[in-house]
Amino acid sequence: MLNSFKQSKLQQFALLLVVFITLCWLVPKPDDYKYLVSAATSNTGSDNWLWRLPDLIAWLPLWLADGINYVMFDWITVDVYNEDLEENESISVVKEITRSLSWFVLFFIQTIREFLVGGLKTIVTFTSWDFINDNPWAKLPGLPWTVVTGAAILLGFNLGGRFLAILVGASLTYISLFGQWEPAMKTLSLVLVAASISVVFGLLLGIAAYRSKLVEAALSPVLGIAQTMPQFSYLVPMFVLFGLGDHAGALATIVFATPPMVRLTLLGLKSVPSEVVEAGLMSGCTRRQLMFGVMLPAARQNILVGVNQVIMQCLAMVVIASLIGATGIGDDLLKALNGLKLGKAFELGVCIVLMAITLDKLSLAWANKPIDYFADLSFSQRHRNKFILLAILAAGVLLALIGRYVFGDGINYFFIIDTNKGLTTESYLDAGIDWMVTSWFQPLEAFKAWVFVDVLEPVRSAFRGMPAIATFTLVMGVGYIIGGVRSALVVGAYLLFIALTAWWDRALTTAYFVAIALVIAGSLGALLGILCARSNRASKVALIMCDTLQTFPSFIYLIPAIMLFQVSNIAVLIAITPYAMIPALRYTIEGLRNVSPALQDAGSMSGVSRMQRLISIELPLAFPHIVLGINQTVMFALAMVIIGAMIGSTEDLGELILGSLSDAQGIGKGLILGLNVAFMGLIIDHLLNTWARERKEALGLA
Amino acid sequence: MKLTKILASTTLAATLAFSAPAFAEDSSQPIKIPTHNWSSQIVMAHVIGGIFQSMGNNVEYVTADSQAVYEAIRNGDVTISHEVWQSTFGKSFYNAMEKGGVIDAGTHAATTLEEMGVPKHVIDNNLCPGLPNWEALKNCKDVFKTADSGGKGRWLEGPQSWHGDLMPVRVEALGLADDYTVTFAGGADALWAEIASAKKDNRGLIVFNWTPNFTDADGFVFIEFPEYKEGCRKADGGDGSCGSPKGWLKKAANYKFPKTHPAAYTAFSKISFTTKQIGQMAALVDIDKMTHKDAAKKWLADNEAVWKPFTQ
Repeated sequence: MLNSFKQSKLQQFALLLVVFITLCWLVPKPDDYKYLVSAATSNTGSDNWLWRLPDLIAWLPLWLADGINYVMFDWITVDVYNEDLEENESISVVKEITRSLSWFVLFFIQTIREFLVGGLKTIVTFTSWDFINDNPWAKLPGLPWTVVTGAAILLGFNLGGRFLAILVGASLTYISLFGQWEPAMKTLSLVLVAASISVVFGLLLGIAAYRSKLVEAALSPVLGIAQTMPQFSYLVPMFVLFGLGDHAGALATIVFATPPMVRLTLLGLKSVPSEVVEAGLMSGCTRRQLMFGVMLPAARQNILVGVNQVIMQCLAMVVIASLIGATGIGDDLLKALNGLKLGKAFELGVCIVLMAITLDKLSLAWANKPIDYFADLSFSQRHRNKFILLAILAAGVLLALIGRYVFGDGINYFFIIDTNKGLTTESYLDAGIDWMVTSWFQPLEAFKAWVFVDVLEPVRSAFRGMPAIATFTLVMGVGYIIGGVRSALVVGAYLLFIALTAWWDRALTTAYFVAIALVIAGSLGALLGILCARSNRASKVALIMCDTLQTFPSFIYLIPAIMLFQVSNIAVLIAITPYAMIPALRYTIEGLRNVSPALQDAGSMSGVSRMQRLISIELPLAFPHIVLGINQTVMFALAMVIIGAMIGSTEDLGELILGSLSDAQGIGKGLILGLNVAFMGLIIDHLLNTWARERKEALGLA
Repeated sequence: MKLTKILASTTLAATLAFSAPAFAEDSSQPIKIPTHNWSSQIVMAHVIGGIFQSMGNNVEYVTADSQAVYEAIRNGDVTISHEVWQSTFGKSFYNAMEKGGVIDAGTHAATTLEEMGVPKHVIDNNLCPGLPNWEALKNCKDVFKTADSGGKGRWLEGPQSWHGDLMPVRVEALGLADDYTVTFAGGADALWAEIASAKKDNRGLIVFNWTPNFTDADGFVFIEFPEYKEGCRKADGGDGSCGSPKGWLKKAANYKFPKTHPAAYTAFSKISFTTKQIGQMAALVDIDKMTHKDAAKKWLADNEAVWKPFTQ
């Protein structure tokens, strides 16, 4: 009996559930308990520690804010004579250091930007504003869009052939014709700089982690937190440390984009075959030569996939970075939304997707292009591309000059089409949304009332009515069953941190959103994935849909969600679901399609039907991979709950994180709230990953 | 690089020697003007930028959060703020001022109001007879209820970070708590989306809004609550049963601005726009669908008589 209990995880889970429910029943909600809707400073309820732990580290946010402000502005100060003020002023050295870093980043962004669309700040950097005032001609003219597009097509053709060239050309032409060239190039300049810095950082950290186990162990939790922490929560620190502007946006982007580069570099270095390393050693490589001449080139493909991931992460941050001063498409998009110009916002969103697809495909083509080390090319072959590039430049400039003559004072379509002066489908899109609201709102009323009263409200009160002791037992118990004492302690530590801050109640509400989104998005995604995986073409279409949805700025579908479902929890869930569904769908398709054909044939030969094969062979084998998808669904849902707070009525952690954005003292609050969200994510991540790893090993897949 | 620098400084020295200014001249460093996320503010940023440029100054536009901007002005990351709303930003403004680095650069002629109200169709179609007087609310909670408001009428307030518990306290103090509940929206976008949706559907909606704003053009009616008196709010010791005060609209600047750009600062301190003018600026974008920059250009061209005197 006891033995069978030790063997069967199912029985263990059942027992855990019984204990959990008993605890919930034993520790009832105190009579004086009230969920604090106002900016909560402490948990309420009686002093019963079984119900809620005391907020022992509620002082942490303020302490953090004071600490950072002190170091930043008062720690080391120097008196400097200011000519403009004609008096001494004290200057903080730390601030000067961070601001020089900002200046450096900004300089690169501006220089690239001004080569693409023109401007005068690059020249200012090397001269002065007075010089500009006296010499009105002194500014960079910018490149005609035809030249940039031509160069991109050439690059696409060289990396991936005709198809890629057409894709790149069509995307850029679309952006230009729709009058979004300038914001798109502004965004591109920021992405290029942020991505380059992330790649360099990622490479260096990855190499350091490869060389030292200690660094690897120290880096692992930092990367986990950087990847699960909501981006909103480190915007205020970025703005306090580095000031407002494109540089702050770029630096926030770097925090978000570097982790995958580190991970993939490490993975790449670890998978270099030992024969290659030994060959290098035998030829007498020094440590440095071995790393840069042998190992990095051998790990090229993984590293370039890392570059690809970095670029995608950067584009995903475009809109959020504009909250602290990044200009470009993201900024225009937020402004369009603020004025309720949905059609415009949608078009801008499409431009971001097109940029993402272009950069994604180009960098993947680069990663997958084999290097021909033995090619013996003639002079003209080697320099062919340079000649073509020069020809494109000459033709583009000539065309722009002709354009100036043809179009006169109007918009020069051959140079740069002015922002928002191109084609537009705005009126149709707006009409479509109008139609949707007028014809769907009333029919949805009864559905909304039912969902809210019979589903959401009871689940929400159940989450909030959970005593702390029950939550701890459940989470740590699951940890114990899945990964033993170690896992139980790890997830328990994460949970304890959240419980000791002032925001446990809020975290429970966030958990409620994630749980519901997980049920809806997870099951929809998995179901859709199973259906699509039956056919090659459907799988391909579904994966393209995933790519598009993932880069389409989620901010845009907040507004239609509000129009149909008002400011309510339902609208928040409606906004989360499509985004959270992506990984569930993607991983299900990948998992099912990667089941080895030999096993499938073996099944078919034993005479199983299609349905039986799916249920008894494919699903069990793909299940560990699907669970990883579910894990990602949780992460996506967590990220989206925070953005969903922009709808309102959430009363969760996200609401406070958004509030901390408007509060210069919110620096500590934002960070601690962000850590709370990150730890919730890491608990799930730890549990599901441990489980999937064990399962894969058991199935002989790992 | 060195050569250009030398060249530049010689040219500069030459011009300085010949022009020999009577007053201290404005520095050629750009004046950094913040843009927030509502149209009147962005157009006004470009209008004021245009005024500065007409005086020979360099300007630069920086996207900034409307609350965090005061800290940015203090640090010198931003030079001015030209729309400081009393009830929404007054606190951040005075906090920053207290810490040092921000100065008060005068007040616009426009007065502002930030209050709960209803879109015009609610009045036109008489959805709640007796509005805009607040007492009318007592009899029409059903017009304003939603699926999740628990049978009560709903007040859609801005984010909690804007006014804290002001509206819940007011609902309670006016004796409306049995009939009405307050929901906090996540941001201004959510408010506009609700207004647009309610209008399309001819539905009742009580929502927080302000004037001057782009919604003025479509018509928006503020509810008339018991008049605001000094000390009537709970934070000031009252019971909270009063409406919002008519507020000022101020301008703020970094403390170095008067010294570095004396002429521009003088003009900035003289700048005073009326509610109507601010409405015009917003309407050029929101109604006439112009870009912010074009709208500012057009407004400057059409209203030279208004802004030229500021520069003299």
